[in-house]
Formats: sequence, structure tokens, C-alpha cells
Amino acid sequence: MSTIQPNIEQPVSEEMALVRRAKRGDDQAFEELVRRYDRNVFRIAQHITQNREDAEDVVQEAFLKAYGNLAKFQEQSKFYTWLVRIAVNEALMKLRRRKPERTVSLDEEVKTEDDSLPREVADWSPNPEQMYNQSELRDILTRTIQGLPTGFRTVFVLRDVEGLSTEETAQALELSIPAVKSRLLRARLQLRERLSRFFQKRASGDGDQ
Amino acid sequence: MKCSEFLKELTNYLDGALDARTKSELDDHLAWCHNCYVVCDTTRKTIEIYRDSELYELPDDLRVRLRSAIMSKCCSGHKKSDPPSS
Repeated sequence: MSTIQPNIEQPVSEEMALVRRAKRGDDQAFEELVRRYDRNVFRIAQHITQNREDAEDVVQEAFLKAYGNLAKFQEQSKFYTWLVRIAVNEALMKLRRRKPERTVSLDEEVKTEDDSLPREVADWSPNPEQMYNQSELRDILTRTIQGLPTGFRTVFVLRDVEGLSTEETAQALELSIPAVKSRLLRARLQLRERLSRFFQKRASGDGDQ
Repeated sequence: MKCSEFLKELTNYLDGALDARTKSELDDHLAWCHNCYVVCDTTRKTIEIYRDSELYELPDDLRVRLRSAIMSKCCSGHKKSDPPSS
């Protein structure tokens, strides 16, 4: 069975050259960094906040914070990893403000009662892409991932959607590598489980939601 | 290998992060355990479907607006070529 590989591999040296120019006050270099990563930051922010306006704010605030703190960036990691860390923190703050009644933390303890043990094991056939049009599928995927706890959702988005490595995800979220792996496994299995139920419903002719 | 042991290694298996011996043990398990095969296959599809889904793409007009707002705030601290005020 084929393996999943991260889909982003930025040449570090080129990125770091832009960062160094930006540190020297070259705003065009900083603008190039914005161009490179604004889409990624927006996606991450919207996945975490689940709100378009908040995501727009996060994009602005994250880049402004990065700009203001460029001198403190020690170049020990990729600029992108550092930027993601800033963006995730901004997004979590937005989420906490919006949902003060709930504790929002990457370390939140989620129920442990075998929540990752698969219950539905029937295959997806035909493939979901054949069963739904693009907009229906997006709606299903959005609603499904929004149901995940924040800590799982964030790890899944960074690792599997944005293609950060396990180590980069750990750095960006200030989590240990075992913690990232554990959350990623549970996030993947929970998403699979939820999508399976949905797709099977449709496949068996019970498409009502 | 038990199914629970397979499941524990599923993420490493999908990410290609296993040594050859462990991978071969997992391959053996997949060869006879249909349930684990399906879980593995649909988990891989789950990842791929999200990766390819283009959820939350930043529209071009919003992108331009955001970038312009960011750069105007960034540059306001040390503009070198401001047009002279009238």
C-alpha cells in the first residue's frame, strides 16, 4: 500500500535569503514572504477558528507580528514553521474569545475510551469523489473536520493538509513528537470513522442528513 | 500481530516512517486481515481527500486586500519614498 508523503518542500536557503533581506529592511522581500505563505496561513486560521472574519484577522495579525519580531527570529527553524506557530497562537486566541465557555487548548484531554478503535470497516465504494459533486463533498469535509477537538484538528491540518513534517508540527505547536503522533493517529482515525459513516449512509441509499 | 498493534503503527506505516522489519510485519498482517486493510485504505483516502479538497482557499480579491493592508502597516514605520504631502 502506498505511503503518504508531505506535499510541501520549500528550499530553505531561498526562504532564508528573503528573511535576511527583510530583516535588513527590504519590504519587498517581506512582501514576497507574505505572497508565499498567505494562503497557508489563511487555511490554517480558518480550520482553527472556523470563522472567515477571524481567519482574515489572523492572517494580518500573524504577518504583522512576524514583521515586528523578525529581529528575534533566530533562524533555528524554517521561517514558515515560525510563522505557523505565530498564526496558530493568534487563531487559538480568537477561538478562546469566541468560545469562552469552552476551554480551548492544544493540550486538552479528549475522551480516551477507545475513541480511535474503528467501528465501521466497510470500504468506500464507489469513491466519494464519484458520489458527490465538489461542493457537496467540500461541505461534508468541512462539517466533519469541524467536529474534531481543536487539538486534533490543528495537528491534522498542519501535518496532513499543509504538509509539515512531524518535527515541524511539533515545533510549531510546542508539542513533543510522541504527542503529535498520538494526536495525528487519533485525528486520522476519527475523521475516517466519521466519513465512513457518512459515505456508507449515502452508498446504502440512506442519504438523509 | 494483533489488530490493536497494527493500529498503533498505522500513522507510521502510512507516513513511511517504519524500519523494514516492522513494515514487513504490518504488510503480513494486512495480507490476511481484511478489516485492517480497509481501515488502512480508507484512512489513506481520508488524508488524500482532505489534502486535495482545497477547503478554505483564499480568494484572489481578498488576498490582494489583505496583502495590501499588511504591507501598508508594515511599511508605515519606515517609508523612504513617501510622496510629499500637499
